[in-house]
Amino acid sequence: MKDYVIMSINDQIISDLIKNKVEFITSVPCKQLAGVLEKIDQTPSITHVPSNREDEGIGLCAGATMGGKRSAIIMQNTAIGVTINALVTLTQFYRMPLPMLISYRGEVGEPVACQVEMAVHTKDLLNQLRIPTYHFHAHDDVKELDGILAHCFMARKPVAILTDASFWKGAE
Amino acid sequence: MIRSDVLKTLIPFISDKLVVTNIGLPSQEMHLLDDQPSNFYMLGTMGLASSIGLGLALAQDKKVLAIDGDGSVLMNFGTLPTIANNPAENFILLIIDNGSYGSTGDQVTYSGMKTDLAAVARSCGCENVIECTAEETADVVKQAFAGDKMTIIISKCESGNIKVPVIEIDPVVIKDRFMKEVQK
Repeated sequence: MKDYVIMSINDQIISDLIKNKVEFITSVPCKQLAGVLEKIDQTPSITHVPSNREDEGIGLCAGATMGGKRSAIIMQNTAIGVTINALVTLTQFYRMPLPMLISYRGEVGEPVACQVEMAVHTKDLLNQLRIPTYHFHAHDDVKELDGILAHCFMARKPVAILTDASFWKGAE
Repeated sequence: MIRSDVLKTLIPFISDKLVVTNIGLPSQEMHLLDDQPSNFYMLGTMGLASSIGLGLALAQDKKVLAIDGDGSVLMNFGTLPTIANNPAENFILLIIDNGSYGSTGDQVTYSGMKTDLAAVARSCGCENVIECTAEETADVVKQAFAGDKMTIIISKCESGNIKVPVIEIDPVVIKDRFMKEVQK
């Protein structure tokens, strides 16, 4: 059952990315995101360019977007601080869409105390940046992804999808 | 030669090319000297011109020239391994290395001291790295456009700036006209 649930979450994410014509993805990994990143590397229609830091990734996505490819970033919530300037003066200032699939570390189930320190600021920062934010907590929440991606590309804004430990539960 | 002199020597053959220009004076100088819809002026996000250029080059087939600066590459050093490991044969990164933060008052950068950007780029795995003088830059860039290899060019020039107005074009207009050029 566990394997089935996780498999279906990762497969659903890939299927929604393909359905919404996302062809360029950058990422900085997180343990919770390992499965979906592995699947992305097996997806021929998606170019995956790992970044060293997330603001660099936002630059890559801006370039790919202007090159005609729908882009997305996959990252951890601890990185929101380093992306603020890029999100505001590049993605938002030039009105570009950017789905951000974010591992929401530091929520219930988190084994590392330090992660909680950033978790408590995550939603406030996204709210301050006026970034539409969705929180996936239960497995079934993945069903909203297709609509959120379509909404993001319609609105030409960065959109955050926070995925917590309960959502990914059983991934190990 | 200072940066604006180097840019002037490039204009005759980059006017119709996709060009991503670095924040501050490099964008403002290109805007003053040769405003084109095929120029993407990066108005914020210091450090990301090379990342934007690489993403653009990987997403489509036209040649892309990113004009960056030493201070900006120092700020986003992570870009060099990403460029090296995701080679785009249509990508040219020109780092105008005047050893200073030109837009903020010519404070010295570490590349104006001990740090050798060409050596760093090679260590990061970039295979086609050319260091040249300001005077040689136009020929080197022209050759890079004629070739089919991703090229990193470090152009060593003097520190100094000309007086330029700020860019008043709306960012959405900059993006829109640029994307139309990409699609042509």
